[in-house]
Amino acid sequence: MSAVADRYSEFQDLGVEVLSMSVDSVFVHKMWDEHELSKMVKGGIPFPMMSDGGGKVGTVYGIYDEDAGVETRGRFIIDPDGNVQGYEVLTPPVGRNVNESIRQVQAFQHVRNSKGSEALPSGWKPGKLTLKPGPDLVGKVWEVWKTDMARD
Amino acid sequence: MAEEFKPGCARPTGGPVGSEPVKEDAATSSQDESMKGGNKSMIMVGKKAPDFTAPAYHRGKFINVALSDYLGKWVVLCFYPGDFTFV
Repeated sequence: MSAVADRYSEFQDLGVEVLSMSVDSVFVHKMWDEHELSKMVKGGIPFPMMSDGGGKVGTVYGIYDEDAGVETRGRFIIDPDGNVQGYEVLTPPVGRNVNESIRQVQAFQHVRNSKGSEALPSGWKPGKLTLKPGPDLVGKVWEVWKTDMARD
Repeated sequence: MAEEFKPGCARPTGGPVGSEPVKEDAATSSQDESMKGGNKSMIMVGKKAPDFTAPAYHRGKFINVALSDYLGKWVVLCFYPGDFTFV
């Protein structure tokens, strides 16, 4: 969570609120923030650290591991209408790539701002080519978009 | 927006909006059947994120959070396995 907290100002600049959740109690969240996370990120965790004892919320989101009694690493991007635009779920040993979360938010915001008139090809990030789907583009994507554009 | 709460001895809980609230003597009460094993479905992209309420620790305070408080804003919701784990 410290990696997300470290990029919190970037999320804020994009108008994004961050929420974290685990099955730990709010009391343990407080201790973890005070004793460890605040040593990794100045000021500690800036967003609400939510508690989901019993995994009820995690179950509804499909990321609660009943056998282990913990939540897996699920990350959901929710738009201003309350719709889920994307999610990613990892097993516990591997951490998230916050860059990718930020990129996806930027992409979904771009599409929303274009009122759906633009589509973003693989590997898109701000500044890269966008596509405007329509009859003229059918079968012609190869003319304007090359696979190496998907690379960084 | 989120209101502060004073914690008692019971561990504060929340849950999906619309489901039965957990009672203090929760040990004997049964969960909503639809949320028990065998009937899990993954979230569908483009569809509503299930609303929920949850107690939270936020900058020195304990608050109650509802996902619906955040309508009108983008939200990144991050679940993780546990406090004091390594990743």
